[in-house]
Order: sequence, then C-alpha cells, then structure tokens
Amino acid sequence: MNTTGKPDTPLLDVSDLAVEFRVPSRGSVFSEDSKDIKAVDGVSFSMARGETLGLVGESGCGKSTTGRAVLQLVRPTRGHVVFDEEPIHEFWRKKGQKWVWDHRLLDLRRRMQMIFQDPFASLNPRMTVETILSEPLRNFDVVQGTQRREKIQHLLMTVGMDPRCMRRYPHEFSGGQRQRIGIARALALGPDFIVADEPISALDVSIQAQIMNLLSELREKLGLTLLFIAHDLAAIRHVSDRIAVMYLGRIVELADAQTIVDRPQHPYTQALLSAVPIPDPTREQSRQRTVLSGEMPSPINPPSGCPFHTRCPFSEDRCRTEVPRMRTIDTGHQVACHLVE
Amino acid sequence: MKSLQQETVAGTKSDEIDLIAGTSLWHDAWKRLRKNNMALSSGVIMVCLGVACLCGPALLGIMWGYDAHTQNLAYGPQPPSLQHPFGTDFYGRDLLVRVLTGARVSLSVGVLAALVAASIGTIYGAVSSYNGGLVDSFMMRIVDILYALPYMFLVIILVTILGKSLLLLFLALGAVGWLLTARVVRGQVMSLKEQDFILAARSLGTTSRGIIFRHLIPNTLGPVIVTFTLTVPSMILQEAFLSFLGLGVQPPQPSLGSLINDGANQMLVFWWTLVFPGGIMAIMLFALNFLGDGIRDALDPRMKI
Repeated sequence: MNTTGKPDTPLLDVSDLAVEFRVPSRGSVFSEDSKDIKAVDGVSFSMARGETLGLVGESGCGKSTTGRAVLQLVRPTRGHVVFDEEPIHEFWRKKGQKWVWDHRLLDLRRRMQMIFQDPFASLNPRMTVETILSEPLRNFDVVQGTQRREKIQHLLMTVGMDPRCMRRYPHEFSGGQRQRIGIARALALGPDFIVADEPISALDVSIQAQIMNLLSELREKLGLTLLFIAHDLAAIRHVSDRIAVMYLGRIVELADAQTIVDRPQHPYTQALLSAVPIPDPTREQSRQRTVLSGEMPSPINPPSGCPFHTRCPFSEDRCRTEVPRMRTIDTGHQVACHLVE
Repeated sequence: MKSLQQETVAGTKSDEIDLIAGTSLWHDAWKRLRKNNMALSSGVIMVCLGVACLCGPALLGIMWGYDAHTQNLAYGPQPPSLQHPFGTDFYGRDLLVRVLTGARVSLSVGVLAALVAASIGTIYGAVSSYNGGLVDSFMMRIVDILYALPYMFLVIILVTILGKSLLLLFLALGAVGWLLTARVVRGQVMSLKEQDFILAARSLGTTSRGIIFRHLIPNTLGPVIVTFTLTVPSMILQEAFLSFLGLGVQPPQPSLGSLINDGANQMLVFWWTLVFPGGIMAIMLFALNFLGDGIRDALDPRMKI
C-alpha cells in the first residue's frame, strides 16, 4: 500500500509518550483546584512496516489512550510520535484556548485510522451504511458520483458484507456486522496504519474469531501495520508479531509474541498469562496460578517506585522507592523490573 | 421526516444491483405513533383545524359573503343559528369566520414562533456544548440571564417603546422560547459528543462544522421535535394571554386571545361569544399536547413496536 519512505525505517516510532488529563478534584466555581491523571506515562515503542503489535493490559491502564495519542486523537502532553519520519506530535496549532490539528495532520488521516471497541457506539444511528462509508471519501474528495458508490460496494465486499445492504441503518445489523462496517470505514481512505482498539471485546465469542480472521486476512492483503489493543492475551497472541504489556500507563514488558507466552519475565505478565485458561481439564487443575490480589491503583495517585509493587508477590524495599527502567535482557526482549537480571 | 430519509440517497440513481431498503429510526417512530390512537386522532383533529383555518374564511366569504371585518350593526349579536352556526358578535360579524381567522393567526404565531425558537435553540445549544469550556459557560450564562428576566415585563416594555405589532410579538415569544430548546440540545450534545462515532468522524477528517451539522444535530432532532410540538401550544397560550391583555394582535384583526377577551366582557348576556373561541382554543391545545406526548413516546427507542 505504502510507497513513500524507506522500507527499513520504522513506520512508527513512539518515545516517552505521556498523556495527562486534568480533572477538577473539588467541584467549586471559585477555586481552580485540579489534579492531573497520568493516563499514559512515558511509553516508548516502534513499529516496522507491516508489523502487528499487540498492546495488552487491564482496563484503565492507558492502552486505549496510548492508541489515541499515537493517532493524535488526543494531544500528547509529552513525548515524540514519529510517523513515517514525520514528527506528527508537532502538527498541532493553538486556536483560541484549544489545540487543533494543522493541515498536515488532517492530511495524515488518509494514512492512519482507527477501529473502535463498541460497534454500537461507533456508528451514527441516523446514517445509512452508504452515508457512513461515503463520509471519509467526501471529506478527502477521493471519488465522486457513481465511482464513489462502486467504491463503497467494493469496501463492503472487502469486509465480507452484502453490498446490497448499503441503504440500511446500523441498528438493523448484528454486532459482528456492525464491526465489519466499522472496519470498512477505517479502510475507506486506504490507510497503511490502523489502531484497532479492542475490536472484538464487545462481540460474542462465536463472532470474535470471525472478526479476528477478517483482520488478519486484511492485514496480509493490504499490507497493514496494525496496533492491536486488547485486555486479553489469549485473543491477540496469535495475530501479533510482538506484544507490549502495559500497567498503569507504562509498558512493563515488550517482546515477540512467542517469547511473551513462553518466557514471561515481568511478574505482571506472568499473572496475566496464568489468567488464560488451558483447554485441558487435568492440566488446568494441576497448574500453578499466580493470582493477583487487589485493584490497580488510581492513576491520580500512583504508587511510588515501581507502579506494580502494591500487588507484586515478589516486591522488595527497592521496588517501593526506585522506578525500574526498561532494560533489554535479550534481543528484542525488554522488561521494566528490578528483579529480572 | 420521510424527506430526511430520502435526502441521504439523493443523487444516486439507476442501480445495477437491487438494494435492500433500510428502515430508519424515523420510520420506526412513525410506526409507533400510528399505534397511539390518542395521538393519531389528535393529529387528525389538528389537520382538520388547520385546513379549516386556511380555507374556511375564504370559503365562507365566497358562499355567504361573510368576512371577519365588515361590521353591520343591524345584525347585532345573534345567538347561534343555521345561518350563523357560531352566532354573530356585537358588531354583527359572523363569529365562525372570526374564530377561524383568529385561530389561523394564533396557529401561525404559535408554529412560527416555535420554529424560530427551535432553530435558534438547536444551533445555539449544539455550538455551545460542542465547544465546551469557557465558550460554553459564557453562552449558557447568557441563557440563564435571559431566563431570569421576567419576560412579561420585557414584552410590556418592548410594546410600549416600539409600538404594537405582530412582528414584535413573534420576536418577544421567540426570544424566550429558544432558551428551553437550547438547554435540551446542550444536554443531548454533551452526552453525544463523547460517543465513539464523533471521535470516528474526527479521525476520518470531518470538520467541526460537519460534526455539528451532520452528526450532532440530526441525533438531537428527536428531543427537539418533542420540545417543538410542546412549545407550539404554549406559544399559542402566551399569544392569547398577550392579546387578552391587549398587547398582542390588535383589533380589528381577530385572534383567539382577543376574541376570548371580547367574549369574556359580555359572557353573561352573549354566552356564545366566549364559548366558541374558548372551545376551539381548548380543543387545539389539547390536541397539540396529546400529539406532542405521542411523538415523545414514539421517538423513545426503548418503546418497542
């Protein structure tokens, strides 16, 4: 798909990305008392062309926000996002009080798109499928008239839908079909990078596999680079080339999918993996499980030192005071833990 | 509502494949409305009243030579008869013509003022809420200030300074009516703008303008229509109130309010001059309110067919 740029440079390079949200802590008109939530706190990774990176973590760990910040759908408060050698985090301008995209970022919408989690909330209920799919084509004036309509029919066929359905409304489709429409919309502009934000977690289990297969098929066919966000390791270990595990706004472990599954180093990754059931009752009963207690701490008030020390079964004094750095322990295997040597 | 549905497919003709027609949410709402007898009969009554108000006075003029303004004291106040079904008023004018003409004025004032209110309110509320932050606070404080003004005083002051005219009446009613719509729309947009399809539209390169007019406003139309249908009767009532006080529509131009005012002065002797305009007004208000309630229920997606 993509023809610009050199094939050996990474398509996406994210370094020290942080997103903070300001929330008023006490509701008063007169006092501007507010606190910052560090939703994402120093995330770094890079993605090669055509690669699929899985981003895993429990709800509230900042994985969706990371995806949105990479696409510049929320403005990062810190860090660099370089897309195809362009520093896209700088493509903002201030308009009055608000930050808005400049024309370069608007143009990049053709190349980076998003698939949303909830197929019921991500499609405008008042629009027909045709109108939904023609919106991006119209925004960028890609094709007109009859060609636009042919393009829409082609898009629907690409995602395995009946093109005769284009006059129907979203509420007339099932969750899986709606998700296919959402995928077709993301593909409309022919992007080479797509963030899939938990595209299957709102679907029935029987439909999940279909959508997964569709996504990997499309990735092969269109040469897509995919940032795949999920809360469940089992779902993405088969489609991802590499997997990054997030906890409380940071990446704690990053390695290729097989290494994460076979030799997880960070205690949190181990706990996540042991939550994946084994489809064999005897082995399932006999295996050792790491069960985490407690809840993830609030990002308004993150713990000192290692963010995971409050729940870590192996935590030491050092973990409470010192923030562990991301270290490379093997080729392509990075971990942020004091205990891993 | 049908046209909304058709608009989206305008400009695309001659299919090489058969398309499966979809049923929009408006279509579902219409099906639910048809099940509601009360709302449906109210709708029929309103259509009949509307047609009667539009064509009635002209028809009566052609057939019997009645008109709303020519006085003939010889016909004095007459009780209802076959010749004058609603009787005649003090100046010998046929009351049926006057009531229909008056209802026409009242209805058009009500509908137009409500339309003005709904359009201003929808755009104001959507823009305010979409921008959020300081812009939103500022715009909503203006609404609060206007809400806090005792608008009857405002109208009375306006009328004394600028003179009595129908246009002023529109302005005064519309200026107050849009506040409620603006608040309703603002609340709707507040929740809508956080939904994923707005973020999706943004990520597909849709401009703020496009998001407000193509995504946000069409999704607030349900509550806006409900507010609209319930604003019409309240506008009619307020117009009648102002006319009753002598601040609205001026004689000899009849309106339901001024007719009721005339009738109330002589109700003990010439009862029909109060009963007929009052009755028509009551029927109109009842029908409009039932229709509004019916539409509200029909547009509620939780109501299944």
